[in-house]
Amino acid sequence: MDKFKGTSSYILSDALREIVNAAIVLQRPLLLKGEPGTGKTELAQVIAEDLQLRLIRWNIKSTSKASDGLYVYDTVQRLNDSRFHDKDVSDIRQYIKFGKLGEALRSEDQVVLLIDEIDKADLEFPNDLLFELDQMSFDVVETGDHFKAKHRPIVVITSNSEKELPDAFLRRCLFHYIEFPDPSMMEKIARVHFPNLRHNLLSQIVARFYFIRQKHELKKRPSTSELLDWIRAILAGGITEQELNKRLPFLGVLLKTEDDVARVAAH
Amino acid sequence: MFFNLFHSLRRHGVPVTFNEWLLLQKALSRNLADSSMTRFYYLARALMVKSEAHFDKYDQAFLECFGHIESDDERVRSIEERLLRMPPLELTEEEKRLVAELDLEEVRSRFLEQLKNQDDEPHVGGDRAIGVHGRSTHGAWGYNPAGVRIGQHESRMRSAIQIAEKRSFMNYRDDVALDTRSIKTVLGYIRQVVREGPKDTLDVDGTIDATCRNAGELEFIWDRARKKRIKLMLLMDAGGTMTPHAELVSRLFSAAKDIVKDLRFYYFHNCVYQELYTDIGQMRAVDTRKILDTTSRNYKVILVGDAYMAPSELLSPDGAIDFWYRNDRPGIEWLMDIRKRFRKVIWLNPESRQWWPSVPSTRMIQRVFPMYELTLEGMRAGARALIKQ
Repeated sequence: MDKFKGTSSYILSDALREIVNAAIVLQRPLLLKGEPGTGKTELAQVIAEDLQLRLIRWNIKSTSKASDGLYVYDTVQRLNDSRFHDKDVSDIRQYIKFGKLGEALRSEDQVVLLIDEIDKADLEFPNDLLFELDQMSFDVVETGDHFKAKHRPIVVITSNSEKELPDAFLRRCLFHYIEFPDPSMMEKIARVHFPNLRHNLLSQIVARFYFIRQKHELKKRPSTSELLDWIRAILAGGITEQELNKRLPFLGVLLKTEDDVARVAAH
Repeated sequence: MFFNLFHSLRRHGVPVTFNEWLLLQKALSRNLADSSMTRFYYLARALMVKSEAHFDKYDQAFLECFGHIESDDERVRSIEERLLRMPPLELTEEEKRLVAELDLEEVRSRFLEQLKNQDDEPHVGGDRAIGVHGRSTHGAWGYNPAGVRIGQHESRMRSAIQIAEKRSFMNYRDDVALDTRSIKTVLGYIRQVVREGPKDTLDVDGTIDATCRNAGELEFIWDRARKKRIKLMLLMDAGGTMTPHAELVSRLFSAAKDIVKDLRFYYFHNCVYQELYTDIGQMRAVDTRKILDTTSRNYKVILVGDAYMAPSELLSPDGAIDFWYRNDRPGIEWLMDIRKRFRKVIWLNPESRQWWPSVPSTRMIQRVFPMYELTLEGMRAGARALIKQ
């Protein structure tokens, strides 16, 4: 199989690239943690793009249940149909709706499965997935059907560490913590989004951005997406390097609470 | 292979299991580390360390096992640096044509032969050796269309030892001080899913059940939506010995204010007596008994304090540290009342765990409440105790 190399639109560290490849070869899920805005979710997108596989994205919510990811038996629909006699309700299969995990395991081709923000769900959620992720197969109890993945999906899992994940689950994953990019890496990232931005202005913006991030004890530190918005605002406002040196315009784009804006503006 | 790393990790307190180590062996047998120390550093970390809180311990263990090795990456880089310093070579068209005639197989075999015979001393010009700007077929920045390049791509791989030595994950350790974000994360663990609000969610199981009982006539059952909630009461010691920890406690407090909707908070001085205070300066007093009676039993209670006081402050009537303060019940009884009133209570102590056994008042309070250190690790353990059924 092709090796994952990364794409031109996503800057990634060599370490992360090696770990993605290791996860693919060892057929283990890759668990990613890191500050918001470090590109955890985008990585799955990039893997799919680079290896030309389909991406199946399962967004986890606090109410998500592991079994719903496999399939849901729509009993209410069946009940409703039976009242009005407009369908053959004896065929249960038409009421089995597959979830994202089920879809990934049933796919004819290899897919990339992204389980996004797994920590949002209930504590037991990751444990409930263990068997399916190990075996890459599942049963539909109602019909007795058995599904086994033809090609093991590449599984990427992200977490914002809102909850601790169970040890048994962690043992099966490869783990990587994406560090917040350093200024030179950040310049490269911004460069991808703004290829025509003047070099001096860009490094000045990035320098000011890190000044704000590091100098002040902020409630919510701005991340990559806020920086990109800030660059957009600065370009639209026609702000020059010199002006940027003297004052910090459009702080509201970077900082999301009044306290933080006041704290930075006071300096 | 590398069993000493496995042992060293366990010694440093990283919870790595034998299965994970076996998986590392599998990875190595598939050449995933590609004989590079830097790759091995990241690969072994991804396979055996499952939390950024343990990354620093991993760095230490890695240094302990491999710190003395000069890695190959370093050697490649030093060759590269020497190569970079050389001026470029100009060739005439005629020379270029001659050079182009060499075929790749021949070049490869010559390169291997060369490697056998040569050390990596710098080499400039020339027709045969590995060096730079030569017409030789091996080396970098030379001119030969069929040449073999030695690692001159821009190396972003830093040497593993240097990375480990930087110990950049020191701040993520879970046994050192906390920032607001990590406190919020831990407090988030305490949030539990409860049902509340209007009944506007369809209860499918209930609906099926009711409909069956209703002989197939559809009957909808509605339920309240599930939401994450915590009810939390913080009782904070604002006494003199707490001054060094004031910053940490205020961080805990501001994190709690952000994340907990139903937060009640009160201050006390060294120990809880018949009055608690709503302000840190302890001017506005409220009746402790009343608070105990009017706060739901379901509140989780966290007491924060160094538990450091004279035994009389805990055990005697009128033992409070303020001379003018009169308490007819000893402090320990008030603490026991708190323990009895609420289902889940813990005590967070900013003092290091190792001092606790030597402080009599701490030992006594430990008999009333489960006590945890006010560190990330301690708070995690405390949070687990708070949500245990």
